[in-house]
Amino acid sequence: MDANPKTAVSELNEIARQMRLDILEMTTQAGSGHPSSSFSATEIVTALYFGGVLCYRPDEPLWPERDRFIMSKGHAAPLLYAALARAGYIERDLIWTLREVDSPVQGHPIQNVLPGVEATTGSLGQGLSAGVGHVLGGRLNQLDYRVYVLLGDGECEAGQVWEAAMAAAHFQADNLVAILDYNKFQETGPISREMALEPLVDKWRSFGWHVEEADGHDVADLLAKFAAVEAVKGQPSIIIAHTVKGKGVSFVEADFTFHGRALTPQQAELAREELNGTR
Amino acid sequence: MELGKQAGLKPYPQPLRNVFGEALLNVARDNEKVVVLDGDLGNSTKTEYVRQTFPDRFFNIGIAESNLVGIGAGLAACGFVPWITSFSSFLLCNAYDQIRLAVAMSNINAKVLGSHGGITLGKDGPTQMGIEDLALMGGLPTFVILVPSDPASMHAAVKAATDYVGPVFLRSSRVALPEIYPMDNCPFEIGKANVVRQGSDLTIVACGIMVAAALDAAAVLAKEGIEARVLDMHTIRPMDVDALAAAARETGAIVTAEEHLLQGGMGSNVARVVAEQHPVPMRFVGLADTYTESGDPDDLLRKYKLTAVDIAAAAREAYAAKAG
Ligand SMILES: Cc1ncc(C[n+]2csc(CCOP(=O)(O)OP(=O)(O)O)c2C)c(N)n1
Ligand SMILES: [Mg+2]
Repeated sequence: MDANPKTAVSELNEIARQMRLDILEMTTQAGSGHPSSSFSATEIVTALYFGGVLCYRPDEPLWPERDRFIMSKGHAAPLLYAALARAGYIERDLIWTLREVDSPVQGHPIQNVLPGVEATTGSLGQGLSAGVGHVLGGRLNQLDYRVYVLLGDGECEAGQVWEAAMAAAHFQADNLVAILDYNKFQETGPISREMALEPLVDKWRSFGWHVEEADGHDVADLLAKFAAVEAVKGQPSIIIAHTVKGKGVSFVEADFTFHGRALTPQQAELAREELNGTR
Repeated sequence: MELGKQAGLKPYPQPLRNVFGEALLNVARDNEKVVVLDGDLGNSTKTEYVRQTFPDRFFNIGIAESNLVGIGAGLAACGFVPWITSFSSFLLCNAYDQIRLAVAMSNINAKVLGSHGGITLGKDGPTQMGIEDLALMGGLPTFVILVPSDPASMHAAVKAATDYVGPVFLRSSRVALPEIYPMDNCPFEIGKANVVRQGSDLTIVACGIMVAAALDAAAVLAKEGIEARVLDMHTIRPMDVDALAAAARETGAIVTAEEHLLQGGMGSNVARVVAEQHPVPMRFVGLADTYTESGDPDDLLRKYKLTAVDIAAAAREAYAAKAG
């Protein structure tokens, strides 16, 4: 086990809070980006990187035995960068250059540009396939790492997600875990209005997956589900994490048109007060 | 953005994508066969104007570009005129085979919008940028390829594309572009380039946002005594061979300027025509073999050498090569 000891839930909640503040500062400073999509999955990524789930070496990002985390919903890049900085992959100062010319901290994550980025994402639908590739590669290399892929719910409209789902079951990829950030919104509106996805649990089951559901903002619940799926043999697992888009900032939660928008400095001030509990 | 300042062009208050949205609403109003298909980006591409006004003729197919194109092709076969819309990167790169078989090879009457073309979408970065869209469209023989350069020509291009019977690709931009043509009087004929500035010392052939940059460069060159003709090559296919042959013959040097990879874009197509018709010294402004990065659009244009300064430098070289 490298560099990711088990941390108390209260401490993880504090880390999640601080990561939200980082995401807020990064995107407001950049004047663009996807804070609401990042807030939605903050506890999920916190649990993975700091709750003892992922095994990694920040000073050896390509350590062959590392567990993989693939941010398939690449627009939540600020969340990934906040985690990579906190985990020690990159200098913390770097994240304040998000989206600026000459910075490796790109609007969407680019593999081989920033350490810790496992796959280039931003065109939705591609991450789960990369995950299956890492599973097959691990098998050939006789390594027993695990592979985690974070998917958006709108992203699940992409055919490639289901092609990868089929392949993962076919290859009995029991070291593959997808986490679905089920916040019920895509870019232009509620999923149920734009492209009905339900019954989601049944869909994944019928594709041969083991399915768990979790409260995506309850770190303890997430950790329990990550532990539970480790015992699953012969099939891949998905944790359908029920989340709130914009979680943590009430006026962002209430307005889906915040998708892909940074908060203005004035809005950020209100958000900061809310996240700091001073409001 | 500073585009068009040196040439004295009037800035336009709205980004080109909003102009596209209004133009699309106009053709939807005029032609009840027009239907609009969205890949969950209507708020960005501004097809949302049609969604709000004609909800029955608007379909969000979601984050599923291959399906988007296939469904559009089906609607075309039923006699509708589908506008299949998304960012040019996602649409062409995800659904190229669907566009190839269901639209291009079948030669159906469908329109494809590639929004947020080029690098000026800026901070979202290279994963979202369509820097290869013109090259990809070049591989689809039946497609007309349009790249309007200002608000008036966007309106004219959307109307011309809708009226034309057959596959059309239209590229749009996220940024605001200054006015080159009067809003109520924009010459626009598919396949016929517009001379937007007269000149006899060399010709700058440009499309999209680079037309305003070319006019800026021409203004700078004029102060040095070099009079550049500027051609707005709003149609990449079919290319206006006559205008290029005349430019080569009458001005003796050609510079091309595009917000696209040099490989397979407008410039390489212009070069083929010029080489056949009347070879003259040429220089090319565009993206060298490289992906770009996130950044403010102006910073990116400067770093990747797509400004009036770069066009003027290329023009001086081409002009010198002609004299020498
Ligand atoms: C292939 C592709 N099509 C379209 C987009 C544009 N886009 C970026 S985010 C987004 C919505 C994503 O929704 P969801 O997966 O639910 O993620 P959320 O932000 O809700 O977490 C869209 C349509 C894209 N990035 N990639
Ligand atoms: Mg969502």
